[in-house]
Amino acid sequence: MSSHASTSHSTGHAAPQGFIRKYVFSTDHKVIGIQYIFLGLFSAILGTALSMMMRLRLAWPGSQFPLLEHIFPTGFPGGVMSPEFYLAVLTIHGTIMVFFLLTTVPLSGFGNYILPIQIGARDMAFPVLNMLSYWTTVVALMVLMASMFVEGGAPISGWTAYPPLSALGKIAGPGLGAGQTLWIASIAIFCLASLLTALNFITTTLNMRAAGMSLMRMPLTVWAWFTASTVALLAFPVLLGGGILLLLDRLAGTSFFLASGMVVSGKVMTNSGGSPILWQHLFWFFGHPEVYIIILPGMGITSHIISTFSRKPIFAYKAMVAAIFAIGFIGFIVWGHHMFASGMSPLVGMVFSVLTLTVGVPSAIKVFNWLATLWGGHIRCTASMLYALGFVSFFVTGGVTGLLLAQPAIDVYFHDTYFVVAHFHIIMGLAAVFSIFAALHFWFPKMFGRYMSETLGKVHFWITITGVYSIFIPMHFLGMAGAPRRYAQFTEFAYLSKLQPLTIHISWAAFVVGAAQLILLFNIFRSMRWGKRAPDNAWEATTLEWVIPSPPPHDNFGDMEPVVYRGPYEFSVPGAKADFILQTEQEVEGGE
Amino acid sequence: MMNSGLASENWNGGGSPYAVGHKKLGMWLFLVSDSLTFGSLLISCMYARTASSNWPTPFPMWPSIAFASLMTFCLLTSSLTMAFAVAASKRGDRAAAVKFILLTILGGVAFLVLHAREWLHLIDEGVRPWSNPWGSPLFGASFFGLTGLHMFHVFSGVVYLGVIALGTRNGKRSHEDVEVCGLYWHFVDLVWMFIFPLIYLMSVSPK
Repeated sequence: MSSHASTSHSTGHAAPQGFIRKYVFSTDHKVIGIQYIFLGLFSAILGTALSMMMRLRLAWPGSQFPLLEHIFPTGFPGGVMSPEFYLAVLTIHGTIMVFFLLTTVPLSGFGNYILPIQIGARDMAFPVLNMLSYWTTVVALMVLMASMFVEGGAPISGWTAYPPLSALGKIAGPGLGAGQTLWIASIAIFCLASLLTALNFITTTLNMRAAGMSLMRMPLTVWAWFTASTVALLAFPVLLGGGILLLLDRLAGTSFFLASGMVVSGKVMTNSGGSPILWQHLFWFFGHPEVYIIILPGMGITSHIISTFSRKPIFAYKAMVAAIFAIGFIGFIVWGHHMFASGMSPLVGMVFSVLTLTVGVPSAIKVFNWLATLWGGHIRCTASMLYALGFVSFFVTGGVTGLLLAQPAIDVYFHDTYFVVAHFHIIMGLAAVFSIFAALHFWFPKMFGRYMSETLGKVHFWITITGVYSIFIPMHFLGMAGAPRRYAQFTEFAYLSKLQPLTIHISWAAFVVGAAQLILLFNIFRSMRWGKRAPDNAWEATTLEWVIPSPPPHDNFGDMEPVVYRGPYEFSVPGAKADFILQTEQEVEGGE
Repeated sequence: MMNSGLASENWNGGGSPYAVGHKKLGMWLFLVSDSLTFGSLLISCMYARTASSNWPTPFPMWPSIAFASLMTFCLLTSSLTMAFAVAASKRGDRAAAVKFILLTILGGVAFLVLHAREWLHLIDEGVRPWSNPWGSPLFGASFFGLTGLHMFHVFSGVVYLGVIALGTRNGKRSHEDVEVCGLYWHFVDLVWMFIFPLIYLMSVSPK
């Protein structure tokens, strides 16, 4: 029985030589992790720039921006952003942020770097596949960006690509020709990359744990990455299937998502037999679990950091593991709550509604356990800790509005308004982004051997959290007043014209937040070269990544064969020498 | 190693809890994932069928169903020869393993050729992805979409089998590689066992 074990453990390979093998086509999980993080950083800069353009259009609809006309001559005719270009910007903003930042960085980025080390492995189970997954993701991003430069420009159908708009081709509007086809191709490529990454993570976690690293000794980050990978493995293929059908509709003339009797741009379409609702089912069967692929790693990171900086074991470890699993599982049976307004039997709506509200139970377990971990702890208020607390804050404020939207009667009113925009930006966008900030400050010393600046981190934290709440809390009111999503301007509506000052306020807040991100960028690049040197165990933490040098050698553990003797969060153990005990420490207080 | 054979202790780290290598576990996970890709397509096609009032049932028992049964026979037989190949490679009989893999490839290629004939035959009868002479245009879309994706899998499988056969002959591929390839091949077979009833048997003409 252990013959397999010994073969599966000796996957260490010699350190590669030469720049290309070492930094570009590297099979080292640590290099790949950092590559994913930089891919995400690039995507974040692009996505944020696009959102700034949207805020300009919304706040000052008629104003002219000659500089932007210079950059996008077709998008800004006469210096004013065209509504179609607004929709194209919105689509690319959503797609880039959801797929190439929020899915990529917390799971593939930090997961790649940290997960193998935390379980005591020398690399992932499939190092070459890992490299291929990364470069496939790069190709997906390049194909997506190419969609902006083809005839007609980027698609205008949003990140959900609802048919019939997305299935008809050029006739339906600008960007729906080659741009939309490239968009679907990009997402299909991304699906392949993601499910291969997920497969790699699951195999690594199951097969490559060091001796003594039983499941219940795994850090909650590992549990979260493992569960998110399982969800990704089961969700992405469904989007892939949907994408194949949508491509067939566009390229082979099928009508899977097109019903009969459509008149488009004055032309009677010959399609018949299909249903646009079918796409919604396929998309959201992926799309809802996708939210948990994004947020579960954030929960793991938050648990890990809150425990470390409270100097206390995480409260109710087993309940935390169970809650992660429950959220991952329930995520697969609630997709219908995205479709309350699409037409649905009230009974089905009711079932989806109750199931969706059920997500509140494991979510509340997590929140209360985070608070209970903080309770009575010796809290170290590092920048990383602040971001983790920011995650908890967003998880609560964004989660509460989720309870409202989960009810069909309320959702029929709120659907497609700014209330929804505010909800998902807080719960999915900001919470996940703050977990990225937290993880970055926490593991930066491990990755580069130097701390990030605490002062800059705290300044960045306070500006960002105040700023984003000034953006998104007013958005709830806009939504309640009935402001619709995906409109380039509201000033045409008498009932919304009084709220224009609120829109302008949101835009100013967005500009401040956008500018504050320069602090973060400065902090990252400055600290790489000139940050304070960090010891191996930079935060006096307990898990395996703190046993090895910073930055770790190619095979992580060198000559050491890691053996695990205890759980992941042994802080402030009575009678112990220090207020933390590493997982590799054999000596128990009082001896055997 | 802390391994006394108790199931729970297999999970304590330092080993593979299912006592399988990475490749085999990875292939199982890939197949789980791939089954959802096929699942989404099969469910979409059945959704379209259920939602249509004019779904055609054009296949007579003779020759269509008989022909499709012959295709099924080829594919199922190739699964049997694959099982023999895995058994041979487990015994360490590489020559026999290669022989049985080649027979498996033969079954796969026969299936592909017969299936190509089937496509040409239907195209001759006027079935297109966007229309057909009998009813809902989604019949053709479902047929070509599903069987097309499946044929792509069979084709990839034949190539995969070829690589493994070569590697086995050279001694570069281990028994695990043969077994993992077998898993994939049986899966492709299994998928056909869903497509055959849902696409063919449910569309038998009532006459």
